[in-house]
Amino acid sequence: MRASAWARLVRAAAPLLLLGSACSAPGESNGRPPPPATTIVNKGSDTMVNLALAWAATYQPDHPEVLISVTGGGSGTGIAALINGTVDLANASRRIKPEEIEQARANGIDPVEFVVARDAIAVLVHLENPIEALTLEQISAIYAGTIDNWSQVGGADRPIVRLSRETNSGTHVYFLEEVLRLGRPDDPTLFAPDTLLLPSSVGITAELAYNVNAIGYDGLGYVTEAMKVVAVGESPGGPFVLPTVETVNSFAYPIARELYVYTAGEPSPEVRAYLDWILGPEGQSVVASLGFVPLRD
Amino acid sequence: MQPAVRRERVIALLVRTAGVSAIVLLLMIFAFLMLQGTPALVTVPLEVLAGARWYPPEGLYGLTPLLGGSLLVTVGAALLAVPLGLATAIFIAEVAPRSVREVLKPFIEILAGLPSVMLGFLGIVVLAPELYRLLDLPTGLTAFTGAVLLGWIAIPTIVSVAEDALDAVPRTYREAALAMGATRWQTIWRVTLPAARGGVLTAVMLGVGRAFGETMAVVMVTGNAAVVPRGLGSLFEPARTMTATIAAEMGEVAVGSTHYHVLFLIGILLFVISLAVNLVGASVVFRARTRAERILS
Repeated sequence: MRASAWARLVRAAAPLLLLGSACSAPGESNGRPPPPATTIVNKGSDTMVNLALAWAATYQPDHPEVLISVTGGGSGTGIAALINGTVDLANASRRIKPEEIEQARANGIDPVEFVVARDAIAVLVHLENPIEALTLEQISAIYAGTIDNWSQVGGADRPIVRLSRETNSGTHVYFLEEVLRLGRPDDPTLFAPDTLLLPSSVGITAELAYNVNAIGYDGLGYVTEAMKVVAVGESPGGPFVLPTVETVNSFAYPIARELYVYTAGEPSPEVRAYLDWILGPEGQSVVASLGFVPLRD
Repeated sequence: MQPAVRRERVIALLVRTAGVSAIVLLLMIFAFLMLQGTPALVTVPLEVLAGARWYPPEGLYGLTPLLGGSLLVTVGAALLAVPLGLATAIFIAEVAPRSVREVLKPFIEILAGLPSVMLGFLGIVVLAPELYRLLDLPTGLTAFTGAVLLGWIAIPTIVSVAEDALDAVPRTYREAALAMGATRWQTIWRVTLPAARGGVLTAVMLGVGRAFGETMAVVMVTGNAAVVPRGLGSLFEPARTMTATIAAEMGEVAVGSTHYHVLFLIGILLFVISLAVNLVGASVVFRARTRAERILS
């Protein structure tokens, strides 16, 4: 009852929700009602939203038996929706937390994890900033607030303006754990209180485009020509590595992570087929075309 | 019973239901807020709530920076909007010729209908970079940027309501003042404006109230850094308001968690503050009206 109402709603809105789905409704052309379709509701990480949309738009034309709806909102939002049982697939740019698994189990849902792609976090500055490379320690000190001026890391005498995504972003949590705290689980370091928390990647892009003082971080897929990527080194002696497909897959670039999709329990055959396609060569070529890093196998 | 009488009764009943339902809805909203927000007072120690650090992922729920941020941005908006709005209202009501007035007022009222997301977008791409350049700030995303946008949002309300109040002042007041040798300015400042005081105060309250509760534009341009402001000088630094916090974080929280209850506590705080402002305003308006009645009687 609920699912079919959903399906009708999504069908009505499908051309709006999903570019490419407009040409995917066979049966409508010859006047017969289209065959019943299963709706796959997909929600979560803003880092992955363009990727998820591209997967859906590529998959949809050949698979009229499913309707895929994709929305963002952040990894936490997607997992919360999975726990509440309102989505089939939750995209997350971080691993699900133990307390989230507990909450899900309390709701009778057992999340199943799939690694679907890799991503590198690029450290970004304004194009006119002379900084070319930073160590992880320097980036940590900048974001923790102990380094406050670009001259302290070899730049011009200008204040540092720290940009971050909001706390519901998986990128934020990953950056806190792996960069600010350098991977030490009991390190209490926090972002400096004056760190700007921007609600979207667009906010970070817009600020980096004009502000010479700014430093930001975001997924490799969001890097544009209007900003400069900083090479990152694990020690002051280097080597300093720029994030690319090769350096991420060879684990030379230090700030890289896996991207996840979670399902509520074992996936249904339709969802399973979609996930297999994502993990296969076609899905992984979409990953590469969006600036993310495909899984090697 | 005659049909006319019956119709009369039905209409009276409908009107009464509408009036009562507004009050009932308000009470229900308040009860819901209390129900969802007060558990936070039990689970979170008061010294944490009074703290200076807002970072929910680590259980830091200090409300001081959010309260300070909201006050800072609202005071900034009021400082810009009240003088400008009242001056415009006086110009339209007292100085401008009829033809100018008939063009000006509808245009200002159209301005009141501008969606705030659009203003926020203008703020990100135009206002923030311009303020950064003009004022040589570390970043353009500051409380002041938010205050300018909120002032812009508040001005049409202030102008529209204040102009109506000035217009409602009887002609004879102005004629008497002018007949006694007062200049035009003296008439406006000493007679018309005080006579319209109640309406003008309502205008200011509605305008400032709109600024205080506005969310979208603020989320986009204030930088959302939860820093405790140290005075009006902090206007040129980033700030995080209560409304922006609820908007940015409500989508992510698990229903029933501590974070969820604290967000509702912020909602209660917003509710109580606007109620207090309205009560103070209403009492002043009431006093002003009784004095006017005394003079006239």
